[in-house]
Amino acid sequence: MTLLTVEGLQGFYGASQVLHGIDLQISPGEQIALLGRNGMGKTSFLRSLVGALPKLAGEVALNGKSIRGRLPEHIAQAGVAIVPEGRGVFGSLSVIENLVMAARPSPTGKCQWTLDRVLSVFPRLAQRRGHGGHQLSGGEQQMLTIGRALMTNPDLLLIDEATEGLAPLVAQEIWKTLGIIRSEGIATIVVDKDVKNLSQVADRMVIMSKGKLVFTGTPVELAGQGDLLERHLGVQ
Amino acid sequence: MAAMFATALFLPLVVGDYYLQFAAKVMLLGILAMSLNLNVGFGGMVSLCHAAFFGLAGYVLVLVTPEYEAPNLVWTLLVALAVVALVAAVIGALSLRTRGIYFIMVTLAFGEMLYFLFHDTSIGGGSDGIFLYVKPLLTLGGLSIDLENPLTFYMVALVCCALSWALITHLLASPFGDSLTAARDNERRAMSLGIPVFAVRLVAFIVSAVMAGLAGYLSAAQFGFVAPQMLGWHMSAVALVMVVLGGTRKVAGPLFGAVVLVVLEDILKIYLGEQWKLVYGGVIVALVLFLPGGLQDILRLTLPQGWFRRTAPVTQPIVVGGKQ
Repeated sequence: MTLLTVEGLQGFYGASQVLHGIDLQISPGEQIALLGRNGMGKTSFLRSLVGALPKLAGEVALNGKSIRGRLPEHIAQAGVAIVPEGRGVFGSLSVIENLVMAARPSPTGKCQWTLDRVLSVFPRLAQRRGHGGHQLSGGEQQMLTIGRALMTNPDLLLIDEATEGLAPLVAQEIWKTLGIIRSEGIATIVVDKDVKNLSQVADRMVIMSKGKLVFTGTPVELAGQGDLLERHLGVQ
Repeated sequence: MAAMFATALFLPLVVGDYYLQFAAKVMLLGILAMSLNLNVGFGGMVSLCHAAFFGLAGYVLVLVTPEYEAPNLVWTLLVALAVVALVAAVIGALSLRTRGIYFIMVTLAFGEMLYFLFHDTSIGGGSDGIFLYVKPLLTLGGLSIDLENPLTFYMVALVCCALSWALITHLLASPFGDSLTAARDNERRAMSLGIPVFAVRLVAFIVSAVMAGLAGYLSAAQFGFVAPQMLGWHMSAVALVMVVLGGTRKVAGPLFGAVVLVVLEDILKIYLGEQWKLVYGGVIVALVLFLPGGLQDILRLTLPQGWFRRTAPVTQPIVVGGKQ
């Protein structure tokens, strides 16, 4: 059974093409690491999955139903959540309000992620529950954004630049959380530059270059492709 | 706020009818401004047709009232508010598809269409307006609410003002209010969380219009007269000044804005006659310059910080119609 099917996906900003025929299938609960240098189309690909890329061609289906061309709110209601680059917490709402406003059961009625559950995974958010979103540190904002996405009880979670700009200790907390999410059976696409940590949490590694997928395989398979790592990720 | 409403409750014991009527007028304008702030401050939608709903409810009251018979307060109020809700739903459904400056222009256009509907046709007496000879009356068993009586009218206005404040406060404390604020902060992000931004904004637009209609209905009942000026952009702009002056960050801010603006206008008219607008404009400019967050800044500087976390920081500009 396939959760997400992407076939021949092409994405455009006006006349400029940024995605050149992407094919990808994700099973329920599978964790995908999406790698690539800056400007290769990773964020655009995630945006295309949540209806935020204005012009698309090809097919995107969730649980067998096409979601291409649907409004972002409808895609979110169908079970796709995104943790965007730059976080995007609502600064004028408190931590609790940021979480509660997003709360809803999954399309199948599951409600694994409640406010208490999210606060138990992120104790720092529980400590800062009454603070405004704009009063949080970068790490706390990232935790809040992940927690907020989990409050929608998604089938598919997209995380863009999971640990970018975070202190190493905070980044470790995020990696730990990704492990919990994986154990919960939520399918995930994680974009980050930390190949080592991604290899530990991902089932599959995918490398993107110039709007195309140039490698798909397990972390072990990627580790054996030294030239690929150096060419596309600058890892030696 | 509770202290303020409690004080207002005892006002009739110390002042005469003139001041009661004046206070009632201020409270009605306060309802208008508070309801506009639901759109402007919390929804990020700067509407220039808000007065159209205010005036429309007044016109509906006068038009459904028999010429020499007291209209039923409940029935006429429900009809007036239903008409306002319907018109607001149509205007909102069309104008909320636009953003930024276009939203302002579209709402301005709709407001002016309603203005000219009453100004240039004989529906409501044309530019001369139309009189309401007998004010609404409600008789329930032994209880009689006659808006002709200044004290009764004052108490009705006070209750409506308190209820409006309570309703907006309750709405904003609910997930609906969080969604509205989130959509103001970042529309795309809110949509990516599955929030039906358009529907949330439309509901807020209709609720605020109905509250403006309530103020307009009572205003028409108070003065026994409606004129196209009640619907015009100038009236919408006055309400917007009250919102900005009072501050957008607290529900009651625009109510304070209405009190200060109307009292200031009255005092200046008494002492300066024809030249009152010159000083009036200068005072408003000074207030905006020195208290950019509105009159609430006075309270913010004196009360604990936690009281003022609810909405955008002072330096954050109002997002007109939400971000793209």
